[in-house]
Amino acid sequence: MTIGTVAGGRMMMVVHGWLEKIRDINRKYATPRITMSRTVKFVLLMLRLYLIVLVILLGYKFWTMLQ
Amino acid sequence: MDFGSTFFYKYRRFIKALKIYLILAGPGIIVMLADNDAGGITTYAVTGAKFGYGLIWFLLLLLPVAYIVQEMTVRLGAVTKRGHAEAIFDAFGSFWGWFSFLDLALVNWLTLITEFIGMTAALSIFHIPPVITIILVSIIMMLMVLQGRYWTWEKIAILFAALNLIYIPAAFLVHPSVGEVLSVGLVPHFPGGFNGTLFFFLMANIGTTIAPWMIFFQQSAVVDKGMREKDIPWGQMDTLIGSAFTVIVAIFVVVVTGTVLFGSEIESAAQAASIMMGINPWLGTFIAIGLFDAGFLGAICISLASSWAFGEVFGWAHSLNLKIREAPWFYACYLFALVTAGIVVLLPNAPLVLITLFVQVIAVTLLPAALVFLILLLNNEEIMGKYKNTTLQNIMGSAIVIGIIILSTLYGITTLFPNLLV
Repeated sequence: MTIGTVAGGRMMMVVHGWLEKIRDINRKYATPRITMSRTVKFVLLMLRLYLIVLVILLGYKFWTMLQ
Repeated sequence: MDFGSTFFYKYRRFIKALKIYLILAGPGIIVMLADNDAGGITTYAVTGAKFGYGLIWFLLLLLPVAYIVQEMTVRLGAVTKRGHAEAIFDAFGSFWGWFSFLDLALVNWLTLITEFIGMTAALSIFHIPPVITIILVSIIMMLMVLQGRYWTWEKIAILFAALNLIYIPAAFLVHPSVGEVLSVGLVPHFPGGFNGTLFFFLMANIGTTIAPWMIFFQQSAVVDKGMREKDIPWGQMDTLIGSAFTVIVAIFVVVVTGTVLFGSEIESAAQAASIMMGINPWLGTFIAIGLFDAGFLGAICISLASSWAFGEVFGWAHSLNLKIREAPWFYACYLFALVTAGIVVLLPNAPLVLITLFVQVIAVTLLPAALVFLILLLNNEEIMGKYKNTTLQNIMGSAIVIGIIILSTLYGITTLFPNLLV
């Protein structure tokens, strides 16, 4: 077994460990604790739309910089 | 009871209250003075040079804005015993949790770079090479956290925060006309009329008053300090005193540059310090020390805000009360942020100006979310119990949050598209 194979194996284990940790976090916080009232849903929807608009603007700026 | 006894009783009560306050003070004062970071000082310096004393009244308006937002983090931290990152994951689920966390990590790291830029620029006035500045600052910052007690870290941070007040003696060195400062500065008006440039500066000053890291930092600091519900009034007083200090420092920076550099086109506080060095070496020295301290304060708070958030989300031990072997990942995150940000600043041809502009835009993607989550959390009776927002707090908080979102978004967009307001 070469040093490269051992290092690669360890790297894979670390990455696997991290992915498992992220899955754990996603499972732990799968259900939002806050009651999803109509107001909360509306506010979160607005926030999503706001972020989408900002991402489009950032993308447009990036595209114009490349031109 | 005679006069002497009453006086003695009141004096004892005051001393007792002062002692309690001094024990519980910290997060509010530190976060507020760190708010006047390298970017903040540059904004105020340029504002003073551009508009003289004309916008001092506007800075005064920022006191309640800063207080109302940051006060909510005190209550949230003291009641939930959780940092803001963890609170978002818990209340709104993993999508919003990851969004806030990753955005925070990115914007904090980029802001840390700007703090290093400010510190290196300030010390280069004293002919100290950037590499020495970054190594020294990193060592001091590591020593501050590695001593193993939150209390000690906090008191050292307060000492550095006090150095932020150096702009007050600096203002006395320039002998401003107090009458003019009061008559021009305190009367609300728009110097030169309301135009695109002025609007940009108003947005910049608001943008520097509330930054995303401040919300995360203060809430985590309240938790790490171990503040409980009964300590909330002291935390509120701490935040109010801190807000007053942040505005006072901002005003004095404007007074200094408004007196000496009014009408000059300057781009940064470091440039202002260089020019002032030629006029009065003491003045230039004070401004440069203040700029270095501002960057340093910002750096210690921002890097800690990130480390706390990492610990909260990944479930690692994350407290300044823990030794390095007890919370290795917490300190590793802190060190990683410091070293990588320092390296970026030292890289030849690194796009530092682009990074400085990019920080403002990325911050705009996180700030509205962090503020909206704050208001929603503070309105949840299940989470906050009797400490939830009152109707008045909601009206003021929501108005401020909506105002900040609109203005900071416009600021971000005009940073992206500078010709929009011209």
